[in-house]
Amino acid sequence: MTMSEGQLAIDDIRYLQREAIAPQPPPASIVGPWAWIRANLLSSPFNIAMTIIIVLLILWIVPELLKFLVFDAAWTGQNREACIYTAQHPDVGACWPFIADRWSYFVYGSYPIPERWRVNVFFLMLAIGIVWLLWLNAPRRDIGAVYFFIVMPVCSFILLNGGFGLLYRVDTSLWGGILVTIVVASVGIVVSLPLGILLALGRRSRMPMVKTLSVMFIEFVRGVPLITVLFMASVMLPLFVPDEYSPDKLLRALIGIALFASAYMAEVVRAGLAAIPKGQFEGAMAVGLGYRQMMQLIILPQALKITIPNIVNTYIGMFKDTTLVFIVGLFDLVKTIEVARIDPQWAAPTTSTTGYVVAAAFYFVFCYGMSRYARATEARLSKADKR
Amino acid sequence: MTVESSVAQQPARVAFYNDPRVRSATYQVLLCVIVGLLVYSAVSNAVDNLHRAHIASGFGFWNQTAGFDISQTLIAYSAATSTYGEAFWVGLLNTLLVAVIGIAIATILGFAIGIARLSSNWLLVKAATVYVETIRNIPLLLQLLFWYNAVLKALPDIRDSHRFFGSYLNNRGLFVPEPIPDPGFGFVEVALVVGIVGALAFYFWAHKRQMETGQQAPVVRVVLGLVIGLPLVVYVAAGMPMHLDHPQLGRFNLNGGLALQPEFVALLVGISIYTAAFISEVVRAGILAVSRGQTEAAYSLGMQPRPTLRLIVIPQAMRVIIPPLTSQYLNLTKNSSLAVAIGYPDLVQVFTGTVLNQTGQAVEVVAITMLVYLSISLITSLAMNIYNSRVALVER
Repeated sequence: MTMSEGQLAIDDIRYLQREAIAPQPPPASIVGPWAWIRANLLSSPFNIAMTIIIVLLILWIVPELLKFLVFDAAWTGQNREACIYTAQHPDVGACWPFIADRWSYFVYGSYPIPERWRVNVFFLMLAIGIVWLLWLNAPRRDIGAVYFFIVMPVCSFILLNGGFGLLYRVDTSLWGGILVTIVVASVGIVVSLPLGILLALGRRSRMPMVKTLSVMFIEFVRGVPLITVLFMASVMLPLFVPDEYSPDKLLRALIGIALFASAYMAEVVRAGLAAIPKGQFEGAMAVGLGYRQMMQLIILPQALKITIPNIVNTYIGMFKDTTLVFIVGLFDLVKTIEVARIDPQWAAPTTSTTGYVVAAAFYFVFCYGMSRYARATEARLSKADKR
Repeated sequence: MTVESSVAQQPARVAFYNDPRVRSATYQVLLCVIVGLLVYSAVSNAVDNLHRAHIASGFGFWNQTAGFDISQTLIAYSAATSTYGEAFWVGLLNTLLVAVIGIAIATILGFAIGIARLSSNWLLVKAATVYVETIRNIPLLLQLLFWYNAVLKALPDIRDSHRFFGSYLNNRGLFVPEPIPDPGFGFVEVALVVGIVGALAFYFWAHKRQMETGQQAPVVRVVLGLVIGLPLVVYVAAGMPMHLDHPQLGRFNLNGGLALQPEFVALLVGISIYTAAFISEVVRAGILAVSRGQTEAAYSLGMQPRPTLRLIVIPQAMRVIIPPLTSQYLNLTKNSSLAVAIGYPDLVQVFTGTVLNQTGQAVEVVAITMLVYLSISLITSLAMNIYNSRVALVER
């Protein structure tokens, strides 16, 4: 029997399926919401137990939070009457009129009311500088850096402090609230990066004296708590300078914070320098660049680029640390809340908690924003390295 | 054919001010002179200023009577007779107490949350992430103030205390039953020491035997049995020689039991929760740092999941985890100085606060305080360097 005789045309076979059968939907145990729940929430007895516990936790916390922040909260009022327990209002939530009443105190402290536009202009200048530097596609970021590290600090000082025959002088003891928090944080940011780079270069230097002094400074500052550095700045600094140059309270705290942040920044930058391959140094030297040119043109741009996420993380830590200036007697945001919450005019059971919630929200927004930025930059930079 | 290279033999002729050695020497001398001048002027100003303000200098105050009271003392201390030196030790011990307990709590919490963030349970991962992101982005000081002023100070007074397991929680602190050993308790202590020594001996014997013969011994079970089981058996055999001293609610006060001050509780809760968030990130990063190939290789060798975790993943993760974990422990110790904000009598509050205010000797007091923290940090980093050099990967 040959093939040609026995071959049947496919068309003759009646029982063969002609068209492709439409695919069946995948079984419900693999896809779909129920399968997702099974795989991600109920995959083992332990996971079932954890899921139940967390659901109960959410059912307990979220309604309580909503009740405190929204439903039981007092929204209007002139004084503590709005926020105390009464017969028809037995559960008292957040005391929002307290915040509304004291908001300008939380922002400006005791800064004279007619001069507060200066603070607003300062906030605006700072915001412009930050956006210019952090937005990686912004035009002329080199001018932005000059603006942020030189122009803005000088202008802000003249603006906020006054004097020089231009503006009415506002003593720093009147500054307060978010203004002080932001001033301390931005001075820390502006000073710590250049100083940190210098210290990091010093630590990697081949000159023994430079190296020893840098290492001593960095390790000393990193080994002690910030609060002792602030104490040192506030009680010892006035001893170390002649009486007539004694710095005011704010300046002392600024010096303390800036030095403290520089030591941490130095370690971050040093890690970035260490990550640059040796060939980059050798290449720079081989084309005849001196130390300054090598660092400025070849090494630092690369090292700082890969360090951006860690620099931002250091800034987050420093931003949180600014709260400590309240212990040496400055009126930062936390201190203004501490003062306002014990004011008899607003003495009510939930005043303190409301104040802390607002402060926490303020710090959370800034810190979380910075950490999202750091993560996005990290992702972007790692994309650039992929081939 | 040889190439004459007489040009290269001669040293390059440069002006002396371009000679790197001269330059580096000049820079260093300049730096030293500047630093020296700064130090000199600071010291001479300080001497002037102190002299003008009639403030004594030197460490004579150490043995003077302190004359102030401290609310929590681990060693004998009284305002009338104790010296500033004793106040220093009280403060230091309080710092160490809160640091050690805080480290224990933060480690357990941090490891649990770090592992939870790698769980296969979606809800657990999200809950752990919310915890970490919230806690890490709010300043510790604010959290401490919240725990102290908004939570603990807002608790009911003594008569309306929250009661649980024989403990009382109110605005004067946490009152828990205190275990009081009865006469026969010495046997249990002896059993504990024997158990620890025996466990150590067994561990070294088992390790040596495994190195020589490859045979494994049930180390974990035997060690647990010796350290926990043996004292427990002796405790029961000796007729349970311990009773609990329960706090008793009196008319105005709680008597007996162990009283934990609200300052202590707030500080402990605050720093533990805060540091746990950072530790959980360290743990997560450490576990993720062990590459998947390690687990797969172990499985392909026929290892079971549990030994894989114990022998392959955890030892490698620990090498990554321990250095940053130590720096978190140091951070916790340093952060305990925030106690000053809520009035817990730690080293900074007692010494840099009260003693500094009473004696006015800022330089000495701040220097001693810094020296304490500095020595803790330096000793820890020394231990860490030794550890790192022991566990460092030896690459070929």
